[in-house]
Amino acid sequence: MKPKVIVMAGYGINSEEETKFVFEKAGATAEIVHINDLIGGLKKLKQYQILAFPGGFAHGDDTGSGNAYANKMRNNVWEQVRKFINDGNLAIGICNGCQIMANLGLIPGFDGIYGDRLIALRHNASARLECRWVNIKATSEKCVWTRDIDIMRCPIAHGEGNFYMEKKVLDRLNKQDQVVFRYVHEDGSRAKGEFPCNPNGAIEDIAAVSDETGRVLAIMPHPERNWNFYNQDNWTLLREKAARTGGKLPAEGQGMKLFRNAVRYFK
Amino acid sequence: MPHRIEVGSRVPDTRAGVRKRKFQEFPFGKKIRDVFLVDVYTIDKKFRAKDLKKIGSALSNPVTEKFSVDAPIKMPAFDFAIEIGFLPGVTDNIGHTAKEIAQDLLKVEFKEGETVYTSQVSFVKGKITEMQAWELGEGLANPLIQRIYVKSFLEYKKNNGMGTIVPKVKLVHTPSVSEVNLNVSEDELVKIGKAGIANKDGSRRGPLALDLESMKVIKKYFEGLGRNPTDVEMESLAQTWSEHCKHTIFANSMDEIGEGIYKYYIKRATAEIRKKKGKKDFCVSVFKDNSGGIIFDDDWIITDKAETHNSPSALDPFGGAITGIVGVNRDAMGFGKGSKPVINLYGYCFADPADKSPLYKGENKSQKMLSPKRILEGVVAGVNSGGNCSGIPTPQGWVYFDKRYKGKPLIFVGTVGLIPRKVCGKPSWEKSAKPGDVIVMVGGRVGKDGIHGATFSSEAMDSGSPSTAVQIGDPITQKKMSDAIVKEARDLGLYNSITDNGAGGLSCSVAEMARECGGCLVDLDKIPLKYPGLDPWEIWISESQERMTLSVPKKSLKKFIDLMDRRGVEAVAIGEFNDSGKCTVVYNGAKVMDIDLGFLHDGVPKKHLSTKYLKIKYDEPNVDCPKDLTKTLHDMMSRLNVCSFDFISYQYDYVVQGSAVIGPLQGKGKVNGKASVMAPVLSSHKGVVISQGLYPRYSDIDTYHMAAAAIDTAIRNAVSVGVNFDKLALMDNFCWCSSDDERRLGQLKQAAKACFDYSTKFGTPFISGKDSMFNDFKGYDEDGNKVKISVPPTLLISSFGVTDDYRKSITLDVKFPGDLVYLIGDTYDETGGSEYFNYLGHIGNKVPHVDADKAIKTYKTFLSAVRGGLIVGSESVSIGGLGVSLARMSIAGQLGLDVDLSGISSEMRPDFLMFGESQSRLLVTVNPKNKSAFEKAMEGVTIHLIGRVRKDDKFDIKGLVKTNIETLNKFYRSTFKNY
Repeated sequence: MKPKVIVMAGYGINSEEETKFVFEKAGATAEIVHINDLIGGLKKLKQYQILAFPGGFAHGDDTGSGNAYANKMRNNVWEQVRKFINDGNLAIGICNGCQIMANLGLIPGFDGIYGDRLIALRHNASARLECRWVNIKATSEKCVWTRDIDIMRCPIAHGEGNFYMEKKVLDRLNKQDQVVFRYVHEDGSRAKGEFPCNPNGAIEDIAAVSDETGRVLAIMPHPERNWNFYNQDNWTLLREKAARTGGKLPAEGQGMKLFRNAVRYFK
Repeated sequence: MPHRIEVGSRVPDTRAGVRKRKFQEFPFGKKIRDVFLVDVYTIDKKFRAKDLKKIGSALSNPVTEKFSVDAPIKMPAFDFAIEIGFLPGVTDNIGHTAKEIAQDLLKVEFKEGETVYTSQVSFVKGKITEMQAWELGEGLANPLIQRIYVKSFLEYKKNNGMGTIVPKVKLVHTPSVSEVNLNVSEDELVKIGKAGIANKDGSRRGPLALDLESMKVIKKYFEGLGRNPTDVEMESLAQTWSEHCKHTIFANSMDEIGEGIYKYYIKRATAEIRKKKGKKDFCVSVFKDNSGGIIFDDDWIITDKAETHNSPSALDPFGGAITGIVGVNRDAMGFGKGSKPVINLYGYCFADPADKSPLYKGENKSQKMLSPKRILEGVVAGVNSGGNCSGIPTPQGWVYFDKRYKGKPLIFVGTVGLIPRKVCGKPSWEKSAKPGDVIVMVGGRVGKDGIHGATFSSEAMDSGSPSTAVQIGDPITQKKMSDAIVKEARDLGLYNSITDNGAGGLSCSVAEMARECGGCLVDLDKIPLKYPGLDPWEIWISESQERMTLSVPKKSLKKFIDLMDRRGVEAVAIGEFNDSGKCTVVYNGAKVMDIDLGFLHDGVPKKHLSTKYLKIKYDEPNVDCPKDLTKTLHDMMSRLNVCSFDFISYQYDYVVQGSAVIGPLQGKGKVNGKASVMAPVLSSHKGVVISQGLYPRYSDIDTYHMAAAAIDTAIRNAVSVGVNFDKLALMDNFCWCSSDDERRLGQLKQAAKACFDYSTKFGTPFISGKDSMFNDFKGYDEDGNKVKISVPPTLLISSFGVTDDYRKSITLDVKFPGDLVYLIGDTYDETGGSEYFNYLGHIGNKVPHVDADKAIKTYKTFLSAVRGGLIVGSESVSIGGLGVSLARMSIAGQLGLDVDLSGISSEMRPDFLMFGESQSRLLVTVNPKNKSAFEKAMEGVTIHLIGRVRKDDKFDIKGLVKTNIETLNKFYRSTFKNY
C-alpha cells in the first residue's frame, strides 16, 4: 500500500513543503493540511496513515516551543490523534514538530497511554538558536523509522532542543529502547555533552525519542534537510574525494532513509 | 482587576544562566551570585480562579516549570527584582499568543480592550545597590519600547510581589479631521513643511519634509479647487512626495544630465544590456515592482530586493532589524501576483563594538545613543528572530566596520523570492487593479506605529501614549499571511493585484495601486485598529507592519475573506478601486481626501541639482615594511573586517526549505564564504547564487573606483563558487550622507557613472535598487561637544543569478595535501583604501582599478576550467588581499600551505603584495595530476603557481610568514569569541 501522509501546517510551521517533498520522493502520497482544516472537519486523520508535524516556529515559540500548537491540537482534535496512533499508524515530529509531540504527550507514551507531558525541550545551553551539522547515531532496535540506519549526518536548527526529563523517565526510556538517536562524534563515539558535538546540552546526548511502540518518532535534527547529497555541508570535499578515488557519489542525502523506512512499513 | 500569572523554572534554567553571564559583564558584575527568571502574563479580563489555573497550566511546562496565579511565585532568596515590560501600544507577540491559548482553551472571547500583556522579572541575588539594579535593567530594556521596574527584596515582601501593571493605551482624544489653511505667509508655509501641521495647542505634528516650492505647488492646486486641503490630504501628499518614496535625488536633473542619474546611469544600463542580450535577455520585470525578477527556468521566476533600515535600527536595533527583514520579505510577496520568500540576505555596517565612548542626541548629555555593541547585538538578534521565525533560509551576509557608522549604522536586508512564470494561465509578474475591485487590507492592524518617524520624547511615552517611531515586527502574523496568500490564494486566482504596505502605509500602497485602474475610494471607518482614538490622517499614513493591500474582484471577495479567516489571518474590505481619476477617502461619511491621482503622483516640482567633484590627495604611509609579517598577518586575521563572524552564521538557519547547497561556513574549518548557492526548486538541478560587494573606504579616495570594485567583487564572488555570470543580475543600494552637499552629490554621480560603465561591460543588468541619502548623525560627544558623523559613501552591490547545475559548485577550502595553489589575475601596487592601510592608520591614494575587459576574460577562462573539473578550491581575493585569502583557504581546509610570492612581483613591497586589494583575482587549488590541463585551460590569463598544500598544519610564506593553522585560526576567531 502506498501510504498517505498528512503534513500539518499553519501558525508558523514552516517546513511543510520540504517534508511533503521527501515523503513523496520516498514513495508516499502527501498532503499539507492546515490545522484549522483538521479542526474544522474539512480533513480527517483517518484518511491518512502517517502523521507528520514538520519543523517551524509555530506561534513564534511563544509560551514555550510547540506549546501553543500542542494546546490547539489537544483542545480540539485530541480524540482523533489518540485513535490514529492506537490504530497502528506512524507519526513523526521534526524539530518544532518534536516539541509539539513532547507537549502533546505523544512521547514517551508509557504503558500505551498518550497525553502525559513527561519530556521537555529546554532552551539550548547557549540560549540561542543553533544551526549546525551534527552526527547522530541510531540506537533503537524497535523504532520502525530507523531500520538499517547507523550514523546519519544532518543539520539542527533550533533554539529549544535540549531534551530534559526526570531521572525515572530517562531510566525507563533507556530500559524500553525508546532513545532513537544520540549525538555522536564522526567516529560514532558519544558526544558526552561536549559542545558543539552535542549542540544543545541534551541529557545523555539524546537527539530523538520514540513512543513505546517505536512507531511514533520525535526528532530534533532535520533528516529532511539532508534529502539531497548536495545539501550536506561537506559535499564538495566528498565529491573531490570520489573523483580521485573513482568512487561513486550517493544518489541522495542520508536523511532519505528515514522516510523510505516509513513508506516501506506499509508494504 | 486584571490577573497576573507568573511562570518560573523548577529546574536549572539555561536562559537564566545566560542572563547571569550578561549581568556579570557589568563593572560590578562580580557581586552577582545568581539570577532567576520569571515570565509574567498580565491578563486584562475577568476569570474565575479555576479557569486561571487552567490557563496557568496551558502557559507552562509541567516538566520544567511551575506557576502561580495572582500571588508572587515562590522564589529562592534574592536582593532585587527587575521587571521589564512593554510600553503601551508596543506589539506584544507573546501576549497575543497567550490570549489565543486562553481563548481556545476556555472557548471564550476577549472583548475589545481585553487582552494579555507579558513581562519578565529577573531576580538577582548579590550585594548590589538599587542604582546598579536599575543599570542592569537598562542593559536589558530599550526605553523607547519598554519599561523597567525595580524592587528590593524588602519592598517586594512588603508589597507582596511586583504588583500588576497594565500597559493599556489610553487616548482621551476624539478623532477629527482639520483643515490646513494655506492662505498664509511664506514663512508659515515653510514652517508647515518643516515642522508639520499645527495642533490646536500650537504644537506641531512632526515634519512633512515639504519645502517651500512644494508647499506653493500644493497651495496653487487647492486654490484651483477653491478650498484648503485637509490634514489627511497634506499628510498624504507629504508621504507620496517624500525622498523615501519618490527618490528625488536620483530622479531630478543633475548637472548636464537632464533625466537624472537613475534614468541615465542605472535604468539605461539595464536597457542597453537587455537589448544586447536579445533572445538571451533573462530579465522579466525590472525597477517597476516591489522586487526585480529574472528567469530561473521554463517554469519559474526568481525575484530579489535589498532594503535598508538604518534610522529605526539606530534607535531600537532589535525592532528596527526585525521590521527590516520582514519588511523586505513583503517586497517578495509584493512582486507580481506574489513571490514566495526563499532566501534572506543581510549586511551590517557598524562601529567597533569595543568603542565605549558615548554619543548623545541632545545637549548636556541628554538622549544617549545606544552603544555600537548594543546596536550590533540587537540587530543580529532582530534578523535572527525575523528570518528564523519566518522559515526563510539566511545563508548569505557580511559585516563591515568603520568608526563612521557610530552615529548611524547601516542595516541591509534582502529577500530572494520564487514565483511560477504563470499564475492561473497568465504571466505572474503582471498585475492590475480593476475598476470595481474591492480594496482589501490583509494582515496586522493599524496603530500609531511609524508615524513621522522618530520625533517624540520618552517623557510622553511614559504617560500612556503609544510608541510611534519603532515597532516590534511580528513574524508569525506575517508568516500566516504570507502562507495564506502565496501558497493558497494566489493560485486560486482570488485577486488582481497586490502590494506591500511599507513607507507611507495605506496612503502609498492604495494610491499606487489606484494608478493601475485610475482611482480609488477608501472608507477609513472600516480599517481595523489596534486601539481606538486614532485620527484619520494617522490611520491613512500609519506604517504598522505585516500588512498587504490587495485588489479583489467582487465575485471572489467572500471566498478570499473566508480563506483568510480559516488561516487565522485578518482581511478587511476597506474600499473600492474605480476609474474616477481621483484618490478619495471618506471618514464618518464625509470626504476627507479628494485629490487628482495625476497631481498626487506627478505634481511634485522638479528640481535641478548641481555637483562638485573634489579629489583629495592623502599622505602615503611613511612606514617601512614590517620585519615580521607573521605578526602582521595575525593582526590582519583578527581585524573586524577580516575575522570570522560565525556567531551570526550559526544563529541564522540556512537549511530550512531543504534548499541549501553552499552555505555560509565553508570547509571543515568553517570559514565565512563570500557567496552562497541555494536550490529553491527542489526538483531541479538549477540553483541560485547570491553574493555582495562593498568598499566604503575606497570612497575616501574615489567613488568611481569604489563602485567599480564593488561590482567586480559581487560578480567575482559568484564566479568563485563556479557560477557563470551570463545570468547574473545586480542590485544597487546607495547609502549616502549629506546629500544636500554638492561634493557628496559629486561623489554620488561618479559612483552612478561607474555603475553604468561596469554593469554594461560585464553584461550584468541592475534589476532593482534603493537609496538612503542622509545617513548623518548630528549630536554631541562624551564631552558635550557638537559632532556630526557622516557614514562613508557606501554602495552595496548585490549579485544574484542562476546556475545551470549547482552540483558543479566550488567551495574555498583547500582539500588535499600536495594540491597546487595558483593565483589568477594581476597584482598591482594598489593598497590605497585597503584594510591594511587602515590598520596602519592611513588611507593612501592608489585605490584598486578594475579593468573590466581583462576581468571578463579571466572569469570566463576560469569558468571553463571549472567546467572541466579542474578547480578543487577557489577563493575570491577581496578585503585583506592575498595574505588573508591564503590563510582563509588554509583554515577552511585545515591543511597547511607552503607559499612563495616572489614569482608574482620582485619589486613590490612584500606587505603591499600580501595585503593590497587589486581586483579581479582568484586563488585556486588544483590537483597536481591536472597541472598541465589547468595551465592549458588558463592560457591567455595571468596565473602564478605560488604554492602547495601541506599535509600538516604549518603555514609558511617564504621569507615572510611562519605560522600554523591553529594560530591563524585563533586570531581569526579571537575578535568575536565571546559573542
